[in-house]
Order: sequence, then C-alpha cells, then structure tokens
Amino acid sequence: MIQGISIYHFLIVSTLMFFIGIAGFIIRQNLITILLSVELILNSVVINFLVFNRYLYPDQLQGHFFALFIIGVAAAEASVAIALIINIYRRIHNIESDNVNEMKY
Amino acid sequence: MMDFKYILLMRHELLLVLVAVIILIFDFLTDREKKNRLIPFSIYLFAGAMLVSFFPVKPGVLFGGSFQGNALTDFFKDILNLALLIVFMQSEGYLRKEENREKIAEYFVLLILTLVGMDYMVSSGDFLTFYVGLETASIPLAGLVAYDKFKSRSAEGGVKLILLSALSSGVLLFGLSLVYGATGSIYFSDIAKHITASPLIILGFIFFLSGMGFKISLVPFHLWTADVYEGAPMSITAYLSVVSKGAAVFILTIILYKVFKNITGLWETALYALAILTMTVGNLFAIRQNNIKRFLAFSSIAQAGFILVGIMGTGSLGMTSIVYFILIYVFTNLGAFGVASAIFNASGVETISGYNGLYKTNPRLSLIMMLSLFSLAGIPPVAGFFGKFFMFTSAGSKGYFILILIGVLNATISLYYYLMVVKAMFINKNDHPVPYFRSPNFLRFSLLLCSIALVFIGFAGGIFEYIMSVSHVLF
Repeated sequence: MIQGISIYHFLIVSTLMFFIGIAGFIIRQNLITILLSVELILNSVVINFLVFNRYLYPDQLQGHFFALFIIGVAAAEASVAIALIINIYRRIHNIESDNVNEMKY
Repeated sequence: MMDFKYILLMRHELLLVLVAVIILIFDFLTDREKKNRLIPFSIYLFAGAMLVSFFPVKPGVLFGGSFQGNALTDFFKDILNLALLIVFMQSEGYLRKEENREKIAEYFVLLILTLVGMDYMVSSGDFLTFYVGLETASIPLAGLVAYDKFKSRSAEGGVKLILLSALSSGVLLFGLSLVYGATGSIYFSDIAKHITASPLIILGFIFFLSGMGFKISLVPFHLWTADVYEGAPMSITAYLSVVSKGAAVFILTIILYKVFKNITGLWETALYALAILTMTVGNLFAIRQNNIKRFLAFSSIAQAGFILVGIMGTGSLGMTSIVYFILIYVFTNLGAFGVASAIFNASGVETISGYNGLYKTNPRLSLIMMLSLFSLAGIPPVAGFFGKFFMFTSAGSKGYFILILIGVLNATISLYYYLMVVKAMFINKNDHPVPYFRSPNFLRFSLLLCSIALVFIGFAGGIFEYIMSVSHVLF
C-alpha cells in the first residue's frame, strides 16, 4: 500500500488501459500492434488483481498468484501469436490486417 | 503428508501426459521414411489409455479444493476422450499425405495436450485452475489450425484464432478480477457465499460471460467461428466444434450453477436474449453457405443456442440435459465431419453443390451423412431428437414456454438447410459426381461407431438415468 495514493487511482489507470487495449484491438491495422493491444488488456488485469489484493485483502496471496500466472500465460500466448504472424508474413510479405481477409462471412 | 492414492483422481490427465511423452519418444526413434507407423501406434496407445481411465475411483478433492474429481467430471472426461479417439481415427487419411509426414507426432501430441487442458478445466475448483486449463486448451489449437503450413487460409485462420482467443481471455480475466475484488476469493465455493447483485459483481459477470461467449461462439461473439473452421484442416474443425465447445459449455454450466447461484435471475435474463439471438442468427447465416465447413460452423453456432436453452432449466435436470446433449452431439457432429473429411481427402470436394449425386456413387457415406444431419435437425427416431427433447423439457420445467416456442421454430428453420444437403446427395442430378472410393479402415470404423450410436443411444434410457444419478453431487 502506498501512502497518499488511493485504490481509485489504480483502478482508473487499469480501466483506462483495458479500454485503450480494446480500442486498439479494433482500430489498429498491423497484426503486431493488435497483439500489443491484447498485452495492454492483460496487464490491466494484472494491475487489478494486485491492487485488489494489496488494498482490500492484504492478509492473502491469491491475487498475487493469479497475476503471476497471467504473466506466464501471456508470454506463451505472445510467442505462439508471433510465430503465426511470421507465418503470415512469409505468405504475403505484409502483416496488415486488411490483407488477411481471404475468408469473409 | 498427502495420501498417495488421491493422485489417482487425476488419472485422466496423467495418462494423457504419459501418452504424449511416449509418442514424442517413439517419434524420435523412428526413421523419416517410416513416420507413418506413428499413426496406428498413437491411436492404439491413446485407446489403451482411454480404457485404463474408465477404471472408477472414489470422488475427492486435491490441492485444497483446486481440483475436484467426482463421477460427473469423470463421465464427462470419458466423453471427451472418446471424441478425441474418433477425431484421431478420422484424421488418418489426412496425415498419410506426403506433406504431413514430418509433423505427424506434433499433431497427436498437441491435440492430446489440449485435451489435458480441457480435463483440468472441467474439474477445476477455482478460477486459477480454470484459467490455466482454458489457456492450455486454446493456445496449441491455434497452432493446429495453422497446421497446413503452405495454405494461406490455414495461416489466416490460425492468426484469427490466437488473436481473438487472447482478446476473449483478456475480457474474461477482467471480469474475474472484478469478481475477485468484490468477493476476496478465487475459489468457487468461497465466491458463491459472497455473491450479491452489487454493481461490481454484475459488471464482472458481464465481462466473464462475454469472454465465455467467444469460446463457445455465441452471437454476437461468433464472427471468428466460420473463418477459423474454414481455414483449419477438416479433423481440427471437427475437434473445435465438438470437444473444445463441449468442454467450455460444461464448465460454464457448472460456474453458472455453483458460483453465480445467488444471481440466477440475472444470468437467466442474459442467457434468454443470447439464446434467441444465437439460434436465429446461426440458422439464418447457415442457409446461405455453400462450403460444407462453413455450413457446419454456422450449424454448430445454432446448436450452441439450443444448449443455452437447456442451461436455463437450472438444477440437476439442466446439468443432465446438457451432458446428455453433448454426448449425442459428439457422435452427431463427428459423423457429419467424418463423411465430409472422407470425401475431401478422396476428391478435394468441400462444397455442398459438389455433393450432388453422391448417393449414386457412395450410398453408404450418403446414408451416414443423412443420419447425422437428421440428428442435428432433431428428427425423432435418431438420437439428436432425444437430446433436444430433454433440453426443452429442462427449460420447460422453469416455465420458459416462449423461449421453447422460439427454439422449436428455429429447429424447423434448421430442417430446411439440413435437408438441402440431403437433397443434394439423393435427388440432384450431376454429370460428374464424386467417384466411388474406399476410405481408410480407421475412418470406416469411426463412422460405423457414430452411426450405431446415433441409432441406438436414444433408446438406451439407462444413459440418461446414469447422468441424472451422478449429477446430483453438484447440488
């Protein structure tokens, strides 16, 4: 717990990060940037878990453990996603999402 | 000191990991030219592991409640094992192609590891185990969707799946973090005690439901489904539409019934709207498809809508009807996908118009396809009717008659497009129909199994009563 900073400050930051991530996922064209937006969402969740644990339930560790697992799984997810994006790049020499639209509706 | 015999509760998962390791070692010891031997070896090994895990064990919990094993989860894991075995048998022809020789072991190992993730998810007792199981199940699937390395559609499907499943787990986790903040625990049993209709919990629940909606492809979270199903190899599509979806539906039902029990009225309203949307939109989009994979993708979206109708009837009747429906759905959908993949591997045809005149050349395949489609539509003598019947009964026991009416109307609409495929096979004329071919033996056996199950499972009343008796442990 940090003196002078209330839980609301942290929650505002994490909620902003979450919705910036959602907006980025929808607006951005580059597949790597879309992946970055997803990472932003996951990091906002990590902040949420840590802050709730530290401020509201300081005698437990469940939120901390959850945060650690999210970080690990996010790394695995990013590595697989980047491998698949490289696979796309080899096909079309380009990773703009507008060019990855062979299938629709 | 932990009693050693409790580890037997995890026998499904441990046996699957063992099978995966043995397949990897066998792959390492096999020459490049003889890799095809891996296919029968892996199938027999997996079947052996499946038989061993039928062995019953007393119910219990592990790791302080994180892992729960009881007769219901064991039965459901056996269904998933059986479904994966059928998928393996159906993928033989595909794996024997020259371009796949190098990657046969990866195919089996990745599929088995996704099943391990689903098994952990099915018997999870807290949200951490649930989340890790969910990710273990969904990350390798993206690799499998992109398994055809030299097809751009396969690569596109893989990227779409991994990005959207990462987004959906992000949304789901945000909801879980809010629920954690409001209740102070991640264990199902502790959360259930503190759930009230406070704004924070409602917001968290909505995010959670949207995340799960992506995983089981409910409308309006369904747009990835058809693209990923079309891009993936045929047997992976079958796996996605049956096993992956079935496991997610099962754990969603358990979480709704156990964790969010205190706000039942709230989630029933949400599910009511989602069920109507999912059935209707899935059906309407299925009508305009010509590719058989996209057609079955939209039909599986519509089936997810029917499953939601079953979830509405809470209590052990709801749980029983869901598990019974998934058991029948496994045979139904794998029968349809088995025929489709046999035809695709033999002739490369995957459009519905390409099926014209199939009955003249391949009568037995057409009959099995017809049985499966009748079962999907829910025509009485076939098993699918009984699955739908019990789900409507379950919703009816809570008085949702308007929802049932909409469900029955949708089942009638769905009959139209299922019969279009039957008409193509039996009535439409074609100068160049798919020539006669003989499928690999494993595939023939799996289709025989599916069609026997479709004809007889509805009349074996003992199965429904067995599920009913084991699902009482939840309540």
